[in-house]
Amino acid sequence: MTPAIVATGVRKSFGETLVLDGVDITVDEGTIFALLGPNGAGKTTIVRILTTLLGADAGELRVAGHDLRANPDGVRHAIGVTGQFSALDDLLTGEENLQLMADLNHLGRAAGAERVAELLERFDLVDAAQRPASTYSGGMKRRLDLAMTLVGSPRIIFLDEPSTGLDPRSRHNIWQLIRQLVADGVTILLTTQYLEEADQLADRIAVLDHGKLVAQGTPEQLKRLVPGGHVQLRFTSPEEFALAGQVLPAAVPNHESLVLQVPNDGSVHSLRDLLARIDDSSLEVSELTVHTPDLDDVFFAVTGQPTQREEVTTK
Amino acid sequence: MSTMTHTSPAPRPVADIGTMLRRNLRHAQRYPGLSLGALGMPVIMILLFGLVFGDTFAAGLGGADTSFDYIDFLTPGILLMSIASGTMSPAVAVCTDMTEGIVARFKTMAVFRPAFLTGHVLGNVILTIVSLVLVIGFAVLIGFRPNASLGDWLLAAGLLIAVTVALTWFAIALGLTSKTPEGASNIVLPISLLLPFLSNTFIPLESMPSGIRWFAEYQPFTPIIDTLRHLLLGTPMDSGDGWLAIAWCAAIAVVGYFWSQKNYNKGTVA
Repeated sequence: MTPAIVATGVRKSFGETLVLDGVDITVDEGTIFALLGPNGAGKTTIVRILTTLLGADAGELRVAGHDLRANPDGVRHAIGVTGQFSALDDLLTGEENLQLMADLNHLGRAAGAERVAELLERFDLVDAAQRPASTYSGGMKRRLDLAMTLVGSPRIIFLDEPSTGLDPRSRHNIWQLIRQLVADGVTILLTTQYLEEADQLADRIAVLDHGKLVAQGTPEQLKRLVPGGHVQLRFTSPEEFALAGQVLPAAVPNHESLVLQVPNDGSVHSLRDLLARIDDSSLEVSELTVHTPDLDDVFFAVTGQPTQREEVTTK
Repeated sequence: MSTMTHTSPAPRPVADIGTMLRRNLRHAQRYPGLSLGALGMPVIMILLFGLVFGDTFAAGLGGADTSFDYIDFLTPGILLMSIASGTMSPAVAVCTDMTEGIVARFKTMAVFRPAFLTGHVLGNVILTIVSLVLVIGFAVLIGFRPNASLGDWLLAAGLLIAVTVALTWFAIALGLTSKTPEGASNIVLPISLLLPFLSNTFIPLESMPSGIRWFAEYQPFTPIIDTLRHLLLGTPMDSGDGWLAIAWCAAIAVVGYFWSQKNYNKGTVA
């Protein structure tokens, strides 16, 4: 089977600034691929290149079986893109925005109207359909944006930071919609700054740093690289603290703050084990916090340094 | 998988241009401020110069010649001025669109590439035709008396539309060089305001100071206005002015078209 996206040795500079330094990506059909990285890592540049918005300086690029340079329109017929910034016509209503996409996809009058109605329903925009998009909330705009991307039934969808700036509820709505799409056989490449998002959604994750892929694998493989998962136990009395150190020999003690860091993956099962051991020894714990690995931990694990958002690599 | 191998559908230029045009007309209809301004301005010009300044200008220019009718002299120039001032709104609209994400979306779709800008040009041509009809109507009300035949009217209409198409493409190319809509409105000022004033719109060339007169004589508006006056009023014109007018329109349109496409596609895979 041909992969949906194949990119080999992709390089791109803006002036003196090297943004992509030989990136290789392969995305199989019907899977979700997440590009994980901090701001300025080059995520958006990859998306812009793969969606024909930007020419690469070097590299082999095939999307939906079409060579990106030789047949950009072939690629455009197969893809849908939801960028980081809303790509709506603010002066048109939600319904008119979708109709515009139906017309540009040459769906025809009846099929277009049907598709528009279906998407308004599916994205919970029926009540807002007749209002200008400029009056929509952030979450509604994102939903309309995604709905517009789907009008032409693309086989491959690019989502650039689909949940950045959304409240938790809207974020979960978007995740739900993304899962439905893949269940329908669509291929998705998304970018994100959040390990949790990549973990929740992706079949494969690639970590991008300063224009290079520094790690790639399934969420499980990637999280195994991260030693950051632990439970933090705070004590009030030095005696209890010392006792706990004996009961939990794997823990890393901090004697000044009376805090123990116990390695733990944060699953219900291992938390129950830990709590059982605390109970068995009748330890008085004043505070317990679960620390799950985040992007900073992954970064630390694969690059040996924390994320540095302001730094720019130059040739 | 079948969707991966089948050949892409053929482009649909006419359908895509129609879609983009409908989008622009809907904007104009829903947010009429900009369009009403573009329509109202030339009407104000014809009334102001025709009624308020008209007698003074006529006395100054016609001298003892009582047959000199300033409204007749003025109207063809104001028609051209309407076209010129009308180019500002598409230049600003295109620039505004470029700052929004919607244009990036269009570029990732298999849309006929020139459709977006062509839709803006056609939208402005329609708006300008309405504006020209209004100006002619008000001009007739205050004494404009053309003696053109139907054929002359058709030729004049054709010339006016050709000028509109040419200047709109050029203004859009200029607007695309600006990063902000405010900048776009400034950068088109030379063609929307300066060229009409520095031509024989308001006064004949003979009455201008020599430096400005030299410029006015060789800039595109002057032969176009002369040709219009000839078609509508039967005034004499230099032989070749008609062809010169057409050549200017063609040249401006071609430069404007290719320059604006180049600016629109800058940095992207066309």
